[in-house]
Amino acid sequence: MSTPLLSIHNLHVSVADREVLRGIDLALPAGEVHAIMGPNGSGKSSLSHALAGKPGYAVTAGSVDYLGRDLLSLPPEQRARQGLFLGFQYPVEIPGVNNAYLLRAALNAARRARGQGEIDAFDFLGLVKERMALMKMDESFLSRGVNEGFSGGEKKRNEILQMLVLEPRVAVLDETDSGLDIDALKMVAGGINSVRSPERAILLVTHYQRLLDHVQPDRVHVLARGRIVKSGGPELARELEQRGYDWLLDEAA
Amino acid sequence: MTQDARLESVLGRGYQHGFVTDIESDTLPPGLDEETVRFISAKKQEPQFLLDWRLRALERWLAMKEPHWARVNYPPIDYQAISYYSAPKVRTDAPQSLSEVDPKLLATYEKLGVPLHERARLAGVAVDAVFDSVSVATTFKERLAAAGVIFCPISEAVRTHPQLVEQYLGTVVPYGDNFFAALNSAVFTDGSFVYVPPGVRCPMELSTYFRINAAKTGQFERTLIIADQGSHVSYLEGCTAPMRDENQLHAAVVELVALDDAQIKYSTVQNWYPGDEHGRGGIYNFVTKRGECRGRNAKISWTQVETGSAITWKYPSCVLRGENSVGEFYSVAVTSNYQQADTGTKMIHLGANTRSTIISKGISAGHAQNTYRGLVAVMPGATGARNFTQCDSLLIGADCGAHTVPYLETKNPQAVVEHEASTSKISEEQLFYCLQRGLSEEDAVNLIVSGFCRTVLRELPMEFAVEAQNLLAVSLEGAVG
Repeated sequence: MSTPLLSIHNLHVSVADREVLRGIDLALPAGEVHAIMGPNGSGKSSLSHALAGKPGYAVTAGSVDYLGRDLLSLPPEQRARQGLFLGFQYPVEIPGVNNAYLLRAALNAARRARGQGEIDAFDFLGLVKERMALMKMDESFLSRGVNEGFSGGEKKRNEILQMLVLEPRVAVLDETDSGLDIDALKMVAGGINSVRSPERAILLVTHYQRLLDHVQPDRVHVLARGRIVKSGGPELARELEQRGYDWLLDEAA
Repeated sequence: MTQDARLESVLGRGYQHGFVTDIESDTLPPGLDEETVRFISAKKQEPQFLLDWRLRALERWLAMKEPHWARVNYPPIDYQAISYYSAPKVRTDAPQSLSEVDPKLLATYEKLGVPLHERARLAGVAVDAVFDSVSVATTFKERLAAAGVIFCPISEAVRTHPQLVEQYLGTVVPYGDNFFAALNSAVFTDGSFVYVPPGVRCPMELSTYFRINAAKTGQFERTLIIADQGSHVSYLEGCTAPMRDENQLHAAVVELVALDDAQIKYSTVQNWYPGDEHGRGGIYNFVTKRGECRGRNAKISWTQVETGSAITWKYPSCVLRGENSVGEFYSVAVTSNYQQADTGTKMIHLGANTRSTIISKGISAGHAQNTYRGLVAVMPGATGARNFTQCDSLLIGADCGAHTVPYLETKNPQAVVEHEASTSKISEEQLFYCLQRGLSEEDAVNLIVSGFCRTVLRELPMEFAVEAQNLLAVSLEGAVG
C-alpha cells in the first residue's frame, strides 16, 4: 500500500469543552474511497469540520498528516489551497455573490498556491460549463447568488460541482446524500465516481447505506461516541443497513 | 518635440505667470462676516444679484443654529476660526514629487488601480499640469460644445451664463434651507455647472475628473445641474481614491433640476479622509443634495458609495413635482474604525402618479455607527404615488452599530408605500465556507460585502463600479480578525 494521503492519529477534539472525538485513527490511501458511517451525534460531522479547521473545534490531542505535512498547523484556507475539500452538509447562502465568481476565486487561490497563474476567464468558463454538463446543471445557475434560494438538492449538486472544478487531492463529503431524491442522488454519485482516481482519496460521511449503492467504497468505518468502533469492507455497510447501529453501540459500550 | 519637453514647456509657462505669488495674496485670514462675502464675490467678479443673494444667505445663517438631531458626535466647530477663501489649494509646502508622498497613501492608490499621473494629482503633488489629462480634457470640451452642453466651473458660469444661474440657483435648495446650506450659499467658492439643452442626450458621462481644477475647489462646493426638456445627463462626482485633506469641514450643496421628460443620474463615490484608526482627524462632511423633478415624466436618480469622512451628514433627496416623475436613491455607506454616518434620503411626492425607490445598504465595522434616516412624504395632490424602500444593514464585529430611522408622512389615502428592513451580521458560517474554498479572510469579507451591496453597485456606471468595489475592499481592510 502506498503512503496514505491523509493519516489521522489518536485525534481528540472538543467543542465548547465537550469532547466530540475521542481518539480517531484512520489512514486514507491514494486512490481509495472510505465511508464513515454512524448514528446521529457519533461525531461524523465533527470529524469533517476538524479536518477542515473550522473555528471552535479544538484539537486537544493527536495529529493529522496530510501529504507529508502537519495538517493541524495550517489555517483553514491553506488546507483548502493544498487540495483538501469539504463538501458541506448545509451549504450556506451568500446573497448577491454569484456562483461563478466564488468558484473562480477559489480556483485561483488554489492555482496561486501551486505557483500557477490565474486562469483566463474564457478557459474558466469552458471548464465550468463542461463540469456543469456532468451534473446536468443549467448555465443560468452560474449567475445566481451562491446557494441563494437553492433547493436542498441544488445546494448538494453545487458542492459536487465545486469539487469537480477544484479537483482536490482529498475530498471530505459530509452527508452529501442527505435530503436528495433518487435522481439527484444518482447525479451526485455520478459526480463523485467521476473524480475517483489513483491520485485522489475521498472520505464519504454518511448516515445511510443508499449512497454506497452508487459509490462503492473500499473501506467502511463505523463511528460511535467519538471513536471508530468497527472497520470493514463494503459488506459492513450492507450489514448496518440490515441490523442498524445498536448492536455496534452495545459492543462498544 | 518630445512629450516630456512639451510637458516641461507647459509647466514652465504656468510658473512664468506667477501662480505662486498670486495665490498667496488670495488667502483670507480666518473669520466670516459681510466683508468676507463681499471679498469672495468680488474675487469671482460676480454680478450684483449673486452678491445680494450671498448677503441674504449670510444674514440668515447668522440667525441660525447648527442642527444636532443627527446621530453623530463631534466637538463644537468654531466657524470664525475657518478661512473662507484660500483659492486653488496649491500649497507651498506641498510635496514636489511622488517620492515625498506618504508611502501608505501610495500603496492604497496602487491597490485601487489609480493611474500613476493621477496618483500624483491626488496626493497633491505641486506639479499640477498633467499632459495626458490636459489633452483629454480638451477633446472632451469640444465634443460637449458640439452637443450644446454647458459644463464649466460655476464661478465661470456666473459670468458667462448669468441668466441661467440666476434663474435656477437656490430654487431647489433655498439659501435658508438649513444651517449648512445657508453657510454654503454665503461663501461657496466653486463647483460645477451643467446645462443640457432640450432633447440632447449628453454624449458622455460628465465627471469632475476632466475638469482639472475641480477636485481642489475647497470646502464649500456648489453644484448646479439643469436638464432641459427631454434631455439626459449622467454626472459622476468625486474620486475613488482617498484624498488627504487638512480641512475639517466640508459643506457642499448640489441642486438638480429636471424639466419635462428629462433624466439626471448623479453618482457619487465619496472617500474623503476618514481619520485614523483611533478616530483622530478626518473630514466632517455636511452636504445638502436635492433634485427636483420639475416637469412631467422627469427622473432623478442618486447613487452613492460613501466610504470616507469622519462624519457624514447627507440626504440626497428628490422633490417629485411633475406628474409621473420618478425619484431613485441607491446608497452604500461604509463606516469603520470610529467613523459616523447619518445618511439617507427624502422623497417628496407632490405630483400625481409619482414613484420613488430607495435602496440603502449600510455596513458598519470596528466602533463605527451607521444610521439610515429617510423620509417619504406623500402630499394630498400625489394621487397614485408609490414608494418602495429597502434598508439593509450589515454588521462586522461586535462594537459597531446600525440604526434605521424611517419617517413616513402620507396625506393621500391612495398612496402605496412599502418598507423593508433587515440587519444581519457576516456569519461565521459564511466566512468559514469561503475560507474552506481557499479564500483569505480579507477576500472572504470583501466578497460577502460586495454581494450585500450588489443591487446598489450595479446602478453605478461601469468604470465606476469596479473602482467602487476596490474601494470597499480598501475601506474594510483589517475590519475582521
